[in-house]
Order: sequence, then structure tokens, then C-alpha cells
Amino acid sequence: METLLEKVQAVLGDAVVDSHAYVGDATVLVERERILEVLRTLRDHEELRFNFLMDLTAVDYLGREPRFEVVYHLAAIDVELRGTEPCRLRHRLRVKVPVPEDPCEVDSVVELWPAANWMEREAWDLYGVRFKGHPDLRRILLYEQFDGHPLRKDYPKEKRQPLMGPRN
Amino acid sequence: MVEPAKKIPSDQGQEAIPTERQILNMGPSHPATHGTVKFLVEFDGETIVGMDVAVGYLHRGFEKECESGTYYQAIPYTDRLNYASAILANLGYCMTVEKLLELELPRRCQWARVMAGELSRIGDHLTRIGAACLEVAAMTPFLYAVEAREIDWDLQEMLCGARLTSNYIRIGGLLWDVRPGFEDRCAEAMERIRELMVDFDKVIAANRIFVDRFRNTGVLPKERCIAYGITGPLLRAAGIPYDLRKSQPYLVYDEIDFDVPIGLVGDNYDRFLVVEEEIEQSIRIVLQCLDVLRKTRGEPVNVADPHIRWPGKDRVFSRMEELIQQFKGVTEGIKVPAGEAYAAIESANGELGFYIVSDGSGKPYKVRCRPPSFINTQPLGEMVKGDLLADIIPTFDMINMIGGECDR
Repeated sequence: METLLEKVQAVLGDAVVDSHAYVGDATVLVERERILEVLRTLRDHEELRFNFLMDLTAVDYLGREPRFEVVYHLAAIDVELRGTEPCRLRHRLRVKVPVPEDPCEVDSVVELWPAANWMEREAWDLYGVRFKGHPDLRRILLYEQFDGHPLRKDYPKEKRQPLMGPRN
Repeated sequence: MVEPAKKIPSDQGQEAIPTERQILNMGPSHPATHGTVKFLVEFDGETIVGMDVAVGYLHRGFEKECESGTYYQAIPYTDRLNYASAILANLGYCMTVEKLLELELPRRCQWARVMAGELSRIGDHLTRIGAACLEVAAMTPFLYAVEAREIDWDLQEMLCGARLTSNYIRIGGLLWDVRPGFEDRCAEAMERIRELMVDFDKVIAANRIFVDRFRNTGVLPKERCIAYGITGPLLRAAGIPYDLRKSQPYLVYDEIDFDVPIGLVGDNYDRFLVVEEEIEQSIRIVLQCLDVLRKTRGEPVNVADPHIRWPGKDRVFSRMEELIQQFKGVTEGIKVPAGEAYAAIESANGELGFYIVSDGSGKPYKVRCRPPSFINTQPLGEMVKGDLLADIIPTFDMINMIGGECDR
């Protein structure tokens, strides 16, 4: 039987740069320019139907080129919705996109899943990755006056910030 | 606020009083929201027309802290994610590290983990429905729920010595085995919680005032739940029987007999009933686990590899080899092979996932927590749109936003 990864590769074609299934997690690495198109295909293709965006985050590989990776965790969950073909699938896929330091930008997927709204705001807030086309890209966990993006590897853990008050 | 006043026709055929949009700030510290969160609500008269939710007041850099310590040192931080069900957060984290290590756990450990996790879930659900009653001014059922939660927390205390920050699950095992006599006491306590839940249900579930405030408020249909990535009781209340314990059974859930309750429309009342029923299902799971734990007493609960679960203090203080193993384990941490893994469990609020990237050293390169509270809070504005100000409170309660997990 065709594995999920083979099926995804057949559907996406040359958009897939790399893939692996380490410890059972099917993973594909795709080109940055085509992420919106790739995720739309994954969501709408009748044999894949990834209806859930479970998680979206970024990773900072400082010293590597390109420096960042934006990671999407997709899931297909079997649901029956009125007016649509019932989804009988149940599988998961990780999609990764390499993002350079400049421009540190990737297309927003809010138009595909509203769930991405806060997750992208969080990735912007903590990693400084911009999401092009996001309706409201503000900081979410930190405050507007905060300087820098704390989950970047070159952000020192002990750094003090305005509004933080004296060290106790 | 800037829009001109408009006239709303009333149902009496008369012209209603012109209203004007106004914005109300609710929070960040408000007595009716357990948790620090700010709502920026826009009203037309008394009807909510828009709402912005501001979270992050409890942000303390969970992921940054995890990256700065060893794999073991992150476990106490996970306690402080969802402090109403700490064991489940421990479990999610440890299972992800174990996935990277490709560990096979002893059977007794898996059953004990399921039982501990379900005790934790009962405590979380009781907090959720108890607090929801309190915040709509129903004091009596709150006290029933809190009494049941006290019993549950006593059991957790017997299990791991702490009521809230349990720190019970370890990578490759447990802090220690279940104490002798625990099974009988736990079985008794489960019966007592059942009795209390019957009383709780009689007092509140058919109460006219309560039903009026919960029914048809905060509705989020299933299509929108999927679009927003909602999981857990909120998704099940909307009618989708998705539960990770059934759909991707981890540990020994595939050997356990339990049901997944679902709702019909996805309003607050459905959510309330789903959570109430899940407590009963968790009790069923705990009782099945107790039977197995009785039969398997004496079997190991930790993996045999001393590089992962270092030996106990009794042997460390008397033998050279064990002392070295303990020293290396504590100072360097366990070496996790380089790679990445995502593992998820069904926590009390929904899918609690961890995405860990390892670079092969003793410290995690990245720890990402997929927090169900954060993702479930996002559509709050959409849920209460068209409802009244007072409906924010039950909706927020049924979402069960836990600041520690939402803001990390």
C-alpha cells in the first residue's frame, strides 16, 4: 500500500524539497514561495483532506542557512459535515518551510485556516518571522514595547526589558 | 463608537431607543474571569458586536526556560502549564521525549500513567464545571464539585506528594510506583465522587436559571470548530466524536472500555453536559486501571536503562557504579538522538502536543507546546457575537482558559 508520504509527494510534485519519516512522523520540506499553494492543495485534495491546522511554530537554527524554519502540523480528522463529502481519513503530516533571515517572511495561511491567526502572531512575537497577508500581525504574548524576539537563539535569556522592573 | 446612532425596530412595533456603539474593557483582572485575560468588547446596546481577546499576561518564557535546561529539568515547568491537570502535561512532554528515544515502557507503568492522567482529568473537569456554576452565582453545586475535587486531589497527593504541581511522570517511567493500599482507597474515593456528581447533577443540570444562561449561548458550530483547530470537549460538544484516546490510542487506551460523549449543537449547555459525562467515563477508566494495578503489583514501572532512569537513592549511596550513573544523569542529562518529534495526548482541554527538536545534546534544542487553551480561546469573540455581556462569563468558563497553559 502506498504510504502517506509517497501520496503527498505524488500530489505535490516538485514543490517538495525533502522528506523523511523520523520516528513515524511524516515530514515534508517545501519551497517558501509555494507554501500557500501547497497547504491549499493538502487541505482540499480529496485523498489527503487535511482539515485541521493543529500547530504552527518556528525554529531558529542559528548558524545554518536559511536560518529559520516555519513548521506546520496538519491533521485529517474523520468528520461528517452537512453539504460536503464525509471525510473518512485520519492521518497527520508535518510541513516545514525554510525561511532566510532576510527577508524573514512567509505567506500567511489565515485565509485557509482562521486557527493560524493567533499561531502566526505568536511566531511573529517570539521569533520575528513576518507573515505576509496576515490581517492583524501584532504581538500576542508579549507587549508592544518589548524589544526583540525572545525565542531567537541570539536573544540572551537574562536580558532585561523596559517595563520589567528591577531585578529582585 | 464612531458610527452614527442607529435605530433598531423593536418587536412591539414601536421605534426603539437609538443606541450607540460603545467599547468596554473587561479585565485583565476581573472577578468573574478566573485567569488573567483582557476582553475589549464592543457593544450595540447590550448586544456584543465585536470582541478582541488579549492574552499573554502570564507569559513567563516556558519554551526559553526549557531550552536552557536538561530534558529532566523541563518536567517541573510542564506542571505549571495547566495547573489544574499537571500530570497530563507531564505525560505529554515525557511521551514526546520517549518518542525521540524510541522507548518501550513497562506495562505497569503504562497503566499507572493512564490512571494518574485520568485522576488529573477528573480534577480539571471538576474545576471547570464547579467554577462555571460559581460564576453564574450557583454556590451550592460549586461546593459539591470542590468537595469531589478535594477527594481527587487527596488521591493525587497520595500518588506523588503534591496536590497541584505533581511532577509525577518521568522520562522512561514514574517518580515512584503506586503506594501500597492506594488501589482500595482510590476505589472508595471514586464511588464517593460518583455520589457527589449525582447530587451535583440534580442540583444544577435541570435548574431553569442555569439552563437559560447556558443553552444557546456561546455557540460554535462544528465547521467553525474545525477551521479554528478546536479540540477536546468543545469539539465533542459540537458533535464531532474526536478523542485522541480513541482515534490514536496511546499507552493502553485501546484495551480500556470507555465511551466518548458528544453534544448536539455546540452551545455552553452541551459543553457542560459533555464535561460532566467525561468525569463519569474517567472514573470508569480509573477503576479498570486499578484492577490491573492490583494484579501487577511488584512489576517494574521504570525502563531498565540506567542512562535514562537512573537508579534510586538506596542504591546510589551504597554502590559505586550506580553513583556514577546518577551523577552523569543529573549533571549531563540524558542524550536524546538528534531529530524531531511531535506527540500529542488528549488533555482535559483538548490536544496537548509537544514538538521537540533535539540536536543530540543533553538539552532540548526546541520545545514547543501546542496549548489547547490558547487555541480554544481564539474564537471566543466569534462565540459570543450577538450574545449579551453576561454570556461572556459562561462561555469563557466552558472554554476553560488556563492562563499558565495559554500564555506559557
